[in-house]
Amino acid sequence: MSTLPGLYNYWVVVFLMMAGFYVVISHGNLIKKLVGLGLFQTSVFILYISIGKVAGGTAPIAKAGVTLYSNPLPHVLILTAIVVGVATTAVGLALVLRIREAYGSIEEDDINRQDLADDQGAPRAPEPAQAADRKQAE
Amino acid sequence: MTLVEHLPVLVVILPLMAAPLCVVVDHRRAAWLIALAAAWLSLAGSIALLQQVHANGALDYQLGGWPPPWGIEYRVDLLGAYVLLIVCAIAALVLWFARLSVEREIAANRIVHFYAIFLLAFAGMVGMIATGDAFNLFVFLEISALSSYALISMGRDRRALNAAFQYLVMGTLGATFILIGIGFLYMMTGTLNMLDLAARLPAVSDTRTVRAGFAFLTVGIGLKLALFPLHLWLPNAYAYAPSTVTAFLSATATKVAVYVLLRFLLEVFGADFSLGRMPLDTFLLVLGLLGTLLASLVAIYQTDVKRMLAYSSVAQIGYMVLGIGLASTLGVTAAMLHLFNHALMKGALFLALGAVAYRIGSVTLRDFAGLGQRMPWTMSAIVIGGLSLIGVPPTVGFVSKWYLVQATLEQGLWPIAVLILIGSLLALIYIWKLVETAYFGRPAGDVAVVGEAPWSMQVSIWLLVGANLYFGIDTDLTVGVARDAAGSLLGGTG
Repeated sequence: MSTLPGLYNYWVVVFLMMAGFYVVISHGNLIKKLVGLGLFQTSVFILYISIGKVAGGTAPIAKAGVTLYSNPLPHVLILTAIVVGVATTAVGLALVLRIREAYGSIEEDDINRQDLADDQGAPRAPEPAQAADRKQAE
Repeated sequence: MTLVEHLPVLVVILPLMAAPLCVVVDHRRAAWLIALAAAWLSLAGSIALLQQVHANGALDYQLGGWPPPWGIEYRVDLLGAYVLLIVCAIAALVLWFARLSVEREIAANRIVHFYAIFLLAFAGMVGMIATGDAFNLFVFLEISALSSYALISMGRDRRALNAAFQYLVMGTLGATFILIGIGFLYMMTGTLNMLDLAARLPAVSDTRTVRAGFAFLTVGIGLKLALFPLHLWLPNAYAYAPSTVTAFLSATATKVAVYVLLRFLLEVFGADFSLGRMPLDTFLLVLGLLGTLLASLVAIYQTDVKRMLAYSSVAQIGYMVLGIGLASTLGVTAAMLHLFNHALMKGALFLALGAVAYRIGSVTLRDFAGLGQRMPWTMSAIVIGGLSLIGVPPTVGFVSKWYLVQATLEQGLWPIAVLILIGSLLALIYIWKLVETAYFGRPAGDVAVVGEAPWSMQVSIWLLVGANLYFGIDTDLTVGVARDAAGSLLGGTG
């Protein structure tokens, strides 16, 4: 396992992880950021699955005549992590959708520029419903 | 089995089950009542747990009756019970406060979901504390993190959305780092149970895999902790989240992360490895100090009071990390004390800000002008909370700073003690700015006459303010438990 080809899985993991990480950092488009984040998470799934492999072992399904199985636990763990990944992507996409509605853009630079204008500009007028609400309270 | 034996899992299950119930009932007032009941029952459970653990030692609970290390084990020891108590107490008080504030700040059709998500965030945090299984911890971490993103995005300002997205990216990177770290540990030991890990790690701790796992875990938890310089997500997330969410997260989320850091550094890896053979103690000292000083400086220049206090949170986290970095029993005691005390002061301050936002609809420094006369009770709560933040006796802030300074002097690190005091002076400056505006400032133009915040809000605020004063005078519970917990964590290694 110590030879370079023996560690093939782990090189794939490192490559995917760094590629995902780079996309998250370098791209301003929020959807691309989420894609990068997904790639980053997926690399960890492969890491776990690779850990579970037992040399010479078969798939962990009980069968007569087989004595050596791969470790099924990492698979189960990763099933959970995949669910977490899906949930993260879903929440992320939902946020992007609302960002698009509120800012009219999904480019980070654009959004930050609008944020900065909000920070410096006059406080935005309270929404009509709240203004009316406050009148009542008074 | 008696009820007490089930408590470690009950405190997690109650809010977890109450969350879908809120959605099913689909009635605003009922959802609030369900959330409130779940939080108060969890609080009662955590008090019983602390008593039990204090008297008889750690409580184990085997899920489904599977013995560890095969099954998932829940384990509440003294440190766990102590953090559990403060998290449950804050959740219970914040939810009591929440009803009016949420009606004002959250759209009517989202209120039911707000309470459901709030409960999920709460359940995630409680789960992280109660679990004794490293992978289970990751799952709970993600449950609380994902619900936090959703909670923050419910803020009125559109900047809340951007802040929530930034937090989502940073938080997911942090959680994935933690997952990688746990994977490396599993690779070397074949176990996920924390106690089992602690027993098996010393044999393999001199390998590169374990060191890499250690690094991934520390950076991942550092991101969750908002450890300087990984804190960039925090100020905006806290500034634009709804008031109740800010109060809840600032008082609990980072505290639970500190707890996870303590758990992994001192129990799983052992102080000998993480603070001795790895140079992490120096790292934590330097980063803690830098965080304290720089974040306090930035806080002085903020015009939004919520964001000012958010930067102050980064600074206060610096103190906790500093205490851990000292790698002594007294230092870790100080860190645990500050964990508890900071939750009390930030809870009180952010709830008071929530009351201000409820009445005048804004929390910028300019709008605080003359508020001392118009909302005397809320402002005096802010002043006491601020004094606690600075560290003036007889508040809790003084107690934890006192222990922290003692811990530095114990090792002859007097320059660090001086820097801690400078940090307090910086806190004095930004709190003074707030006090000066509120009591001596003149409101610009015509100002609507506003009254004091409703009594239901005052109850939560003043209970926390009262706790700030009470635990500043009677330190038996906090100092006693923190010292015992620190002693048992550092145990054999001293």
